[in-house]
Amino acid sequence: MPQIFKPATNYLARASLIGGLLAPLVLGYAIAALSRSPANTKVQVPLNQPIPFSHQHHAWELGIDCRYCHTTVEKSPYAGLPPTETCMSCHSQIWTNSPLLEPIRQSYETGTPIKWNLVNKTPEFVYFNHSIHISRGINCNTCHGPVQNMHITFKGNSFQMAWCLQCHRAPERYLYQDEAHPEVTGRSQVFNLYWKYQAGEELSPRERQILEGEDQGTDNAEMKEKGRALLDKYGVKVQQLADCAVCHH
Amino acid sequence: MAREVLNDALITGQQTYQSIDNSIGSMVLDPKRHKKNWYIMFGAAFMLLNFFLVSVGWLLYQGVGVWGNNIPTGWAFDIINFVWWIGIGHAGTLISAILLLVRQQWRNSINRFAEAMTLFAVICAAQYPLLHTGRPWVAAYWLLPYPNIMAIWPQFRSPLMWDVFAVSTYATVSILFWFVGLVPDLATLRDKATKKLPQTIFGMLSLGWRGSTKHWHRYEQAYLLLAGLSAPLVLSVHTIVSYDFAMSIVPGWNVTVFPPYFVAGAVFAGFAMVLLLALPVRAWYGLKDLITMRHIDWMCKIMLATGLIVFYGYILEVFYGWYSANPAELSLVQWRFRGPYAPAYWMLILCNGIIPQLMWVPKLRRHLPTVWVVALVVNVGMWLERFVIIPMSLTKNYLPASDRMYYPTIVDFTMFFGTIGLFFFLMWLFIRFLPVINIFEVKDLLFKMKQKDGPKETHVEATVGVE
Repeated sequence: MPQIFKPATNYLARASLIGGLLAPLVLGYAIAALSRSPANTKVQVPLNQPIPFSHQHHAWELGIDCRYCHTTVEKSPYAGLPPTETCMSCHSQIWTNSPLLEPIRQSYETGTPIKWNLVNKTPEFVYFNHSIHISRGINCNTCHGPVQNMHITFKGNSFQMAWCLQCHRAPERYLYQDEAHPEVTGRSQVFNLYWKYQAGEELSPRERQILEGEDQGTDNAEMKEKGRALLDKYGVKVQQLADCAVCHH
Repeated sequence: MAREVLNDALITGQQTYQSIDNSIGSMVLDPKRHKKNWYIMFGAAFMLLNFFLVSVGWLLYQGVGVWGNNIPTGWAFDIINFVWWIGIGHAGTLISAILLLVRQQWRNSINRFAEAMTLFAVICAAQYPLLHTGRPWVAAYWLLPYPNIMAIWPQFRSPLMWDVFAVSTYATVSILFWFVGLVPDLATLRDKATKKLPQTIFGMLSLGWRGSTKHWHRYEQAYLLLAGLSAPLVLSVHTIVSYDFAMSIVPGWNVTVFPPYFVAGAVFAGFAMVLLLALPVRAWYGLKDLITMRHIDWMCKIMLATGLIVFYGYILEVFYGWYSANPAELSLVQWRFRGPYAPAYWMLILCNGIIPQLMWVPKLRRHLPTVWVVALVVNVGMWLERFVIIPMSLTKNYLPASDRMYYPTIVDFTMFFGTIGLFFFLMWLFIRFLPVINIFEVKDLLFKMKQKDGPKETHVEATVGVE
């Protein structure tokens, strides 16, 4: 009887043994890595907009407060996107002939809102509320990254559930109180930090981390103790903060 | 009364190693062995399979609302069919592993068949829990613990979670056991094949088996180890399936007898299914000398024994309802006896409690049409048992205000018959493309019979050295 297989098949058989074991591992790792990579999360991937709006220019160079445009961030679930009128409150006076701003003028004349592309989105089954986070002193940049440095806006964090839970399971690692201004708490604290930054005041390393969007929570025992004191003060019920119903209702 | 002499041999007729190779191997290699019956059965199974595909497509498109499930009956056909199929899958491991470990040689000619049945039954069973999650494509993180982007784990305290592990372990070990047992036979087929394609396929599947002593030694070790691994699974899988119910507080579910009662029921259903399939296949393919009356007789006896355990379970359920003095339990017993679903309950008692008693009579155990009908009735009965346990208990709960009747929809039925189609579709493909009886173990048995009986037995003529 002639041979069915060539001798080289032996090597193929051995290779397939190793390959068969490795393939699921590699595949699993690849899926895990891809789902956490910017290719999927869009973290630090600038999203094109109808008008190349720069937060860096408006919020940092000109020093406009976040709330000038995102008006409802303190009192509603949605931070709010500015209507064309907000833009025109300045741009009816300055840069009135800029071709970049043509869509704004069009929108103002026709009364058609500009279709901004949503950068930060939570799925519809997540009931995220901006106001509660602001009123507990969670800084904008803790979630949104260094917005004051962004020319074209990008996502600062993945907004994946594991990321949310880092804070919801251990909020004492994230709550922060400016020691230099103990009278300023909660939502005032959030914006106070910006003013300090704008005014060129001395910032602590932690404050700099928060403003640069690099706050990964503190592991310092003393800081965490202070965080716990803040939780008590704000009346946060930590034991139920990571319950399904808190975000998924 | 003189008892009818039962042909005592496990292999009958004028058998040689060559004739065994031929009678089993040619079912794979020679398409002419498959007559009209194969095409009819395969065609019917394929049609039913399309029922399954269409129902699943509709289910995924519309959502689980196409089923009759609704609160309080959150579990109905989906879980009935899951438990039913898993139960049917039990005979395979019992025959392969436990009978191997206790050295029962009569397993040799039915184990391959029963193992394949196990695999296909587990495949059918697995469809239901996956599909009843509603969105099987995201079910991965509900069922499997892996570091996901949500930083959450499945609920390890839930028996449903244990069930996932029990069934997937069972499926893995069953596949390995089946495949390892197939290797020497695949090599036989590779050597017997004359065309290039079967040679290549069987050559690849037989993993370079040359039948050397070293190969046999390793094979025996691996097979024994796998048997040792899977023997406890026979008990554990259905025990854990029964925990899905017994761990809860639903009246009629919270009963300590559930684990042994479920395991016995599984073996009962499994053997009934083996008989249901083996009898026609044996007749159509002329395998009467390899699956002998002795095999059928013993399978009937196991069916009878496990059936009695199951019947004892039914009696205990009623006793428990009375002994608990719990109004909810008592009203459930009444609901079973006299409620609107009572016909299902009494049919169950008839199918699983009374009709199998026919198997006490030796003559009826040898009358194949009776055996086949009893096996069929037992499978219907086992389905009814799960109907009685699952939706019937859920429709009668603690609060009378929340009691609602359960009515299955057409999709429930098409999907159930569809999985029967899937099962038979795979089964008939198996009969066509793989050896349905373990060739080398039967040859081994022939050799041992010859050694033992020597010249006394004239009907066994083993020709040594044919291989």
